[in-house]
Amino acid sequence: MKPKNQRLILVAAAMVAVLVAVLLAMWGLRDRASYFYTPAEISAGKAAQGQTIRLGGMVEQGSIQPQGDGVTIRFVLTDGEGRTPVMYRGIVPDLFREGSGAVAEGQLKNGTFIADTILAKHDERYVPPELGNLVAEHKAGKTLER
Amino acid sequence: MIAETGLAALWLAAGLAALQFLLMVIALRTTLDVGRTIRAVAAVQGALALTAFVMLLLVFARSDMSVALVFENSHTAKPFIYKIAGAWGNHEGSMLLWVTVLSGAGACLGLLSRQTHERTLVAALGAQAALALGFYAFLLIASNPFARLLPAPPNGKGLNPLLQDPGLAFHPPTLYFGYVGLSVAFSLAVGALLTGEVDAKLARAMRPWVLGAWTLLTLGITAGSYWAYYELGWGGYWFWDPVENASLMPWLAATALLHSINVLAARGALKAWTMMLAVVAFSMSMVGTFLVRSGILTSVHAFAIDPQRGTFLLALLAIYVGAAFILFAVRGATLKEGAPFELVSRETGLVVNNLLLSVILGIVFLGTLYPLFVEAVSGEKLSVGAPYFNAVAGPLALVLAILVGIGPLLSWRRERRPVFKQLTVPALLGVTVFVISFIVAPAMGVLPRVGLPVAMFLAGASILPLVGRNPLRAPIATWGMVVAHLGIAVSLVGMAMNAAFTSERLAVVRPNETLTVGPWTVLLKEVTPTAGQNFTAIEAELRATRGDGIKVLKPQTRYFTDPPMETNEAAIDTFWNGQLYTVIGKPDPSGGWQLRLWWKPFVTLIWAGGVLIALGGAIAMTGRVRRQRRRKPEWRKERYA
Repeated sequence: MKPKNQRLILVAAAMVAVLVAVLLAMWGLRDRASYFYTPAEISAGKAAQGQTIRLGGMVEQGSIQPQGDGVTIRFVLTDGEGRTPVMYRGIVPDLFREGSGAVAEGQLKNGTFIADTILAKHDERYVPPELGNLVAEHKAGKTLER
Repeated sequence: MIAETGLAALWLAAGLAALQFLLMVIALRTTLDVGRTIRAVAAVQGALALTAFVMLLLVFARSDMSVALVFENSHTAKPFIYKIAGAWGNHEGSMLLWVTVLSGAGACLGLLSRQTHERTLVAALGAQAALALGFYAFLLIASNPFARLLPAPPNGKGLNPLLQDPGLAFHPPTLYFGYVGLSVAFSLAVGALLTGEVDAKLARAMRPWVLGAWTLLTLGITAGSYWAYYELGWGGYWFWDPVENASLMPWLAATALLHSINVLAARGALKAWTMMLAVVAFSMSMVGTFLVRSGILTSVHAFAIDPQRGTFLLALLAIYVGAAFILFAVRGATLKEGAPFELVSRETGLVVNNLLLSVILGIVFLGTLYPLFVEAVSGEKLSVGAPYFNAVAGPLALVLAILVGIGPLLSWRRERRPVFKQLTVPALLGVTVFVISFIVAPAMGVLPRVGLPVAMFLAGASILPLVGRNPLRAPIATWGMVVAHLGIAVSLVGMAMNAAFTSERLAVVRPNETLTVGPWTVLLKEVTPTAGQNFTAIEAELRATRGDGIKVLKPQTRYFTDPPMETNEAAIDTFWNGQLYTVIGKPDPSGGWQLRLWWKPFVTLIWAGGVLIALGGAIAMTGRVRRQRRRKPEWRKERYA
């Protein structure tokens, strides 16, 4: 191989690599990114059944119901407009309680959100990114507009 | 007074960095010999930055609440070690550590570098000063760590209890040394592009820095992964969190650089490509710092609301990366390409390694930034997590792992020997494991199903470079390579085992009742309140057995007051063939407690592999440095001549 051809081949290979990376990423992101929804959007039927999504809202007062096995709970996430029942099996995060914000990741099944993970406030200063606006508006006593 | 001394040292260091940069400009424009002056300036600048950092440690050690940063992040009731660690467990302090390491690296480059072209070294020191200058400006203008808070409040707000952990006290400094060590590679590449002296000599000067930075990055990532595993209580070791990706991206780029630099050092080839990677590697460090430190991850909007810090960092990033790429575009094309090689050769192997690593880097980069991009453009919120990264980057990583086993067997320039015969035994090993996996575990996932055989193949193939010769006479660097590649195999086995054979149980258990997980029967003896230095806790006493004696585990839930917070403290017992991982949850009205148990066979191999990989890097570095030390330092020759 002549040095000049060698460099051409290397440059071409690098270009192809970049292209492959972009194409693979686009293919992966198309159906593997989980979108964030509010209870109002779920009520409006915007989220598809069975797809992994994130749902964020405030845990409704008096809605947490422990189930018979002791490790499953049902509760309702609300944003003032919509209400979505959630079912979760696992140990809830430390600061998960009624009246405060939480984000659940999981799938919708027949109107109930089956959560695989629940993210709540980690400490007094930390708020899950998606809830930033919601909590601020909640504190200000505003209803949410969507 | 201490805080003011620190601030003054920072201003002085910034002034010296400006001087250092000017000296480089003068040296490149004239024939003046500034070599010794610029070395001295770099050394003093490094010492001043270190002084500032020591002053910050002092105000934290003395709990001086009149310093705003101490008030925000410390508390007099904290254990001493966390008072010290609190100094870098926050934005301003960690940026000060960052710049201290940066200028310290510059000082070391000036003092230790022996086998470099003199003009390139001067140019590199100038580039390093330019980097430091920007970050000094960032500290002094946008995040002064020494700002006073008067009158001084009686006590501080405390440090996030999750961060009060020995692992986390040392994890950020290790990562920072790695991140910033790559700045030397960046500066040397910029210097060499300025002077046009891109050759094997440059590669040999750059290599120990890359090896050192890469070793520390590897250690830092491994430690961070283990911290997340035992401290968060979720039983996972990698969450594809943007902050984790911020450390993975420079690692991927540095890994590619580490391999291409060998081609440049041994054969004088891949000049432009290696310079490009050196620029990209440190750029990824800066991208990582930007992601973690700008607040952009909390929300794109938070970034827009409190713009000063984020915008400042983004501007620095744009200036440095932009300038380096422009320089590369102008000078890169004029570089003469080095020695040619044939299709089947070690060079080709390393090129393929580099291409695969670059593709993986691109995939991680796009996946990490995509949510930010979408939110900024359309306001839609989404997250990209494990499903994306595992499915897209996972298979490529496995292909790479196979090639890791083959590449080191090839010889430079052209391969004529029948090397592939050597791979028969490892290949058979892999195939055997693959077949057995169908019998033992018919319902395994695809990634572990393929990953385990690949890991076994790699474990066998990685030691081949030492087979058929006297291992004691093999170069030290070869030993380093073998250990690191074996580490990859070990880590892969751990990941595949964990993915395929973890058993998990979650249930409510009353005292004196049992729960089984994997081979274990776990008895909940009792739950009692207890207390630590700055927390109260409830503690469960568990008695676990699998037929050969009883192990006692004591998981806790801790309640902190400054700041108010609960954390789960998992209790983990390690055995030769895995870990028993236990977490105590919430009480149940019936008098029971939520108990979550995992049996994770061979999970420890994940981190053992990480440590092996880092060890390989350290071994290789010792070999390279020792070899260089034997040569006489060029810049001292004239002095004693």
